[in-house]
Amino acid sequence: MTVLSTRNLETFYGAIMALRGVSIDVDQGEIVTILGANGAGKTTLMKTIAGLMDPEKGTIDFMGDQIAGLDPDRVVQKGIALVPEGREVFPYLTIEENLRLGAYTRRDSSADDLDLVYEYFPILKERRRQAAGFLSGGQQQMLAIGRGLMARPRLMMLDEPSLGLSPLLTQEIFGIIARLNAEQGVTMLLVEQNAHIALATAHKGYVLEMGRIVMAGSTEKLRASDDIQEFYLGRTGETQRDQKRWKRRKTWR
Amino acid sequence: MELLQLMIGGLANGCIYGLVALGFVMIYKASEGVNFAQGDMMMLGAFIALGFGNTDQMGLPFGVAVLLAMVLMFGIGWGVERVVVRQIFGQPQFALVILTIALGFVFRFVAGSIWGYTPLVLETPFAGQNLRSGGIVISLADLVTIGVTLVLTLALWAFFAFTRIGLAAQAASQNQMAAYIVGVPVMRVNSLIWGLSGAVATVAGVLYATRGAIDPNIGLLGIKAFAAAVIGGLGSLPGALLGGLIIGVVEPVAGRYAPGELAKMSPYIIMLIVLVTRPGGLFSQIQMKKV
Repeated sequence: MTVLSTRNLETFYGAIMALRGVSIDVDQGEIVTILGANGAGKTTLMKTIAGLMDPEKGTIDFMGDQIAGLDPDRVVQKGIALVPEGREVFPYLTIEENLRLGAYTRRDSSADDLDLVYEYFPILKERRRQAAGFLSGGQQQMLAIGRGLMARPRLMMLDEPSLGLSPLLTQEIFGIIARLNAEQGVTMLLVEQNAHIALATAHKGYVLEMGRIVMAGSTEKLRASDDIQEFYLGRTGETQRDQKRWKRRKTWR
Repeated sequence: MELLQLMIGGLANGCIYGLVALGFVMIYKASEGVNFAQGDMMMLGAFIALGFGNTDQMGLPFGVAVLLAMVLMFGIGWGVERVVVRQIFGQPQFALVILTIALGFVFRFVAGSIWGYTPLVLETPFAGQNLRSGGIVISLADLVTIGVTLVLTLALWAFFAFTRIGLAAQAASQNQMAAYIVGVPVMRVNSLIWGLSGAVATVAGVLYATRGAIDPNIGLLGIKAFAAAVIGGLGSLPGALLGGLIIGVVEPVAGRYAPGELAKMSPYIIMLIVLVTRPGGLFSQIQMKKV
């Protein structure tokens, strides 16, 4: 079943067109990753879906409802949680207050979800009375993910969860992301610069360049592609003369 | 004895400064700008209560009049945010400063054209009553002022610390973007804060009016209250109250023992000293923020 599908999304920053007709589909229970260089429009796509930016054109269909142009609080209520780039925790509130705010739009009790978050992130339980500003970067990332879980989302969007983390912590965070998907069945849309780990974690991927989707497919297919290999996974291509072909054109095939 | 007497009066004065400063801080946290109309909101609140309560006006019972004035000023604060402040969202901070200064003038003229510029006295049930103990005379108005401020401050603290919407307001002031992301309706929360600060200003205005006549220019007290807010750290509610109390106490004591016009300058001298020695204010909320 398709949870989210966008069609021909166009979003602008003033006069700059950041998304030039993006169409993606996310199915129930999947992790879908979006690869792309800096400025390709990955974060813009997330912000547009979350309602932080309004698309000029195009549709966003979520569980059968049109959500393009809704206010962010309505989008959260529909079941989309965003874990933003750079964590964005509430620095002077305690960890538990941060988590409770994650369930802000929910009417029902969120006590079970709090236990669940503490189960996945025991360090948060240990430090639950401390101000979130004193956490380390990795712990803040855990808090941001936990806060997203508290909304009990049908779709969780993670924007660069590895930003500023050591390779080891990145491994740990992605391990938890994969576990959440496998054990709790959380559907995820994942934006990541680290293509290696993103392709290893996700089921399906899109490649975004200059605001357009240039390639889509299962992660196995993407990993096998020469363009992905060269431009995202950093394999040095060998040519007849045994030199790197530095002016090779991408074909996205 | 004399010092104690001065200090009690000063404490009551300080409570009023503190309440106005609370309004400054709440709006500073919500809209990220200083509302220079805060003093005039206090004045307007006092006049509205007077309009409802005084026998030659509408003649409602005192308590009812004050409550109605608080509700009305809540609406005015709410409306100002909805209609005016929201339009300049995203503009530089300075836009809000100019806007609120203009708003202050509007409030002053509105009050002047309705109630005139001659000082009026708010009729209160505790006017002119004094308590004596030892050699000290405490006016009932002072006691009421201190008591009401205490209760109101506790209520505000409880609101921000324990209610869902209060937590949301704190969240929105700390990280607006994250507040949007978790689904806090930030704009509506801001309206609520402006409304609240209107209601708090009304209480301050009524308390001020219990201690003497009021005219449309009493809003200038807001400048002193602003000094109080800066002393406290402009961003800390307990700091604002403490700043108000410090100014309130120092003023009469300096007036009695210090030479000349020093008393009138004292709030600003204290503000300068605090800004030089502790630039963040007494209760600065600036901590190390990890990126």
